[in-house]
Amino acid sequence: MMEKVYSRPAGIFEGAVTGFCPGCMHSSVCKIICEVLDELGQLDNACYVQGVGCCGLAVTYFDMDTVAAPHGRACAIASSFKRCSPETLVFTYQGDGDLAAIGLAETMSAANRGENFTVIFVNNGIYGMTGGQMAPTTLLGAKTTTTPFGRDEREHGAPMHMCELLNQLDAPAYIARVTAADVPNAKKARAAVKKAFQYQLEGKGFSFVEFVSNCPTNWGMSPLESLDHVHNVILKEFPLGEFRAK
Amino acid sequence: MAEKIFMKGCEAVAETAVRAGCRFFAGYPITPQNDVPEYFARRMPEVNGVFIQGESEVASSNMAYGAAAAGVRSMTSSSSCGISLKSEAISWMAGANLPVVIANFQRGGPGIGTIQPAQQDYLQATHASGNGGFRMLVLSPMNLQEAVDMTWQAFELADKYSKPVMLLMDGFTGTMMEPVELPEPLSEEEVAAIRASKTWAARGKHGGPQHKVMCGPGLDTRISQEQMNERDAELYESWKTTEVEYEDYMTGDAEIVLTAYGITGRIAKSAVKLLRAEGIRAGLIRPKKVYPFPDAAYEKLPLEKLRGIVSAEMSIPAQFAEDVERVVHGRTRIVTALSSGGEVLDRAAILDAARSLMK
Repeated sequence: MMEKVYSRPAGIFEGAVTGFCPGCMHSSVCKIICEVLDELGQLDNACYVQGVGCCGLAVTYFDMDTVAAPHGRACAIASSFKRCSPETLVFTYQGDGDLAAIGLAETMSAANRGENFTVIFVNNGIYGMTGGQMAPTTLLGAKTTTTPFGRDEREHGAPMHMCELLNQLDAPAYIARVTAADVPNAKKARAAVKKAFQYQLEGKGFSFVEFVSNCPTNWGMSPLESLDHVHNVILKEFPLGEFRAK
Repeated sequence: MAEKIFMKGCEAVAETAVRAGCRFFAGYPITPQNDVPEYFARRMPEVNGVFIQGESEVASSNMAYGAAAAGVRSMTSSSSCGISLKSEAISWMAGANLPVVIANFQRGGPGIGTIQPAQQDYLQATHASGNGGFRMLVLSPMNLQEAVDMTWQAFELADKYSKPVMLLMDGFTGTMMEPVELPEPLSEEEVAAIRASKTWAARGKHGGPQHKVMCGPGLDTRISQEQMNERDAELYESWKTTEVEYEDYMTGDAEIVLTAYGITGRIAKSAVKLLRAEGIRAGLIRPKKVYPFPDAAYEKLPLEKLRGIVSAEMSIPAQFAEDVERVVHGRTRIVTALSSGGEVLDRAAILDAARSLMK
């Protein structure tokens, strides 16, 4: 008799067909979320607010109640939803354009109010769904479809660091930056997501986990090259770690 | 009979909302409706409701959307340029079938306009309150008792159809005071029962067979955009017979018909008797809902025999008059009495317009 040691996590649709590109880290992040929710016994009690962009493809993955948000508004919607439904575990699933550009006000304001939900922020430094435009998190010098000559600090500003920005506020309870670009880091990421959800379950307030992610398609790299790029370049701009754990 | 209370329009609307079971309100300061969020800020804690001052109109309307997704009777309010910012979430409410009541205390426009009352948002409210071609029931009271009654009705209609409903008011009806008779509040049990009846609301699967998705056409993998929009088109069409509401005042023998909505409808109504005292047989058609537009109210008039119609509104260019013209379609003369920029429409303008039709 063979022992089953690995299977699709509960919480991901049986037979789910991924909308994510080959090698995209979104799939790993979705998997980590579901594993943690399962471990915490919260799969049946979870509701997520879906951002716009590649993160919206999670709707084909997550077998849980879903509230779709207009671009950037996930943190506003999660705020009211959680306050009206405090017993539900609520998280937003957002990319960098959604969270840090069009939704910057909603993100900072919900964090500043200490709203008791969790943000899962997938930062791949680019607008993936729309075909590779500059994001607030795009590195200096990086060529995108809207920075064809490279991101120039004088013209486009420098990359925004959301964990560091949020860490200026008094209210947030948990802020961490992680990656799933290698196995040891994926384990740490899993621990961070678990901690964030536990903070919420304990009513501690706003919890925020940023995944430094990749975008092989729009970076013009193979999946493996993109992971090397994360390690060798991106993580130097976006250092990993726990910024706050109240 | 319940006691009459002397109340300000914004506060009467807010108090009625609470009595109708509204347990979530998010707003953002903008004149002339600041009394609404201020009232909810004081009142919501008394009923275990939630009030959030959003970081913008955009955020606060999305918050109202989020609360509705949780099954709570939910409301937001603003004024004109603020409503434009809310249009994003209003369209999403329509797309995701989420019941929310939105109050617009209209001020001038376009752009920032003035803070004084106006009716410059008619076309936006009735024809395009957001992208995507959805329609919305739009109720417009002429006095505060109607504002109270329509606020209650708006929550009922929003839940009945699971759609956003707009209360189209203005700076006058929002800031003036009048005696009103408030409805008996729903009990906490009734409020809870309404929420529990929304089995579609998100709260976690909890062993249910299928997870729930609140989203618009295109994101829902279980129904196509076309199927969703066809279903909604049928609903909007049905409103033209089920949801039409207007006041017909003394049109039986009328040779001139005045027509107006909201506060202007009230001014026009007062002009009817003055015209009759002059020997001019006037009547009034006053839409109480401006969407769906009460085509039948005009169709049943002997249009070819009338001397004409006076269409009055606090908007330049005329907007409401376009709907009147669409129905009347050249069968009688239409003259307009208009004002804009914060001046209340002078009744003399309506009287003069009516008199001009007698020549």
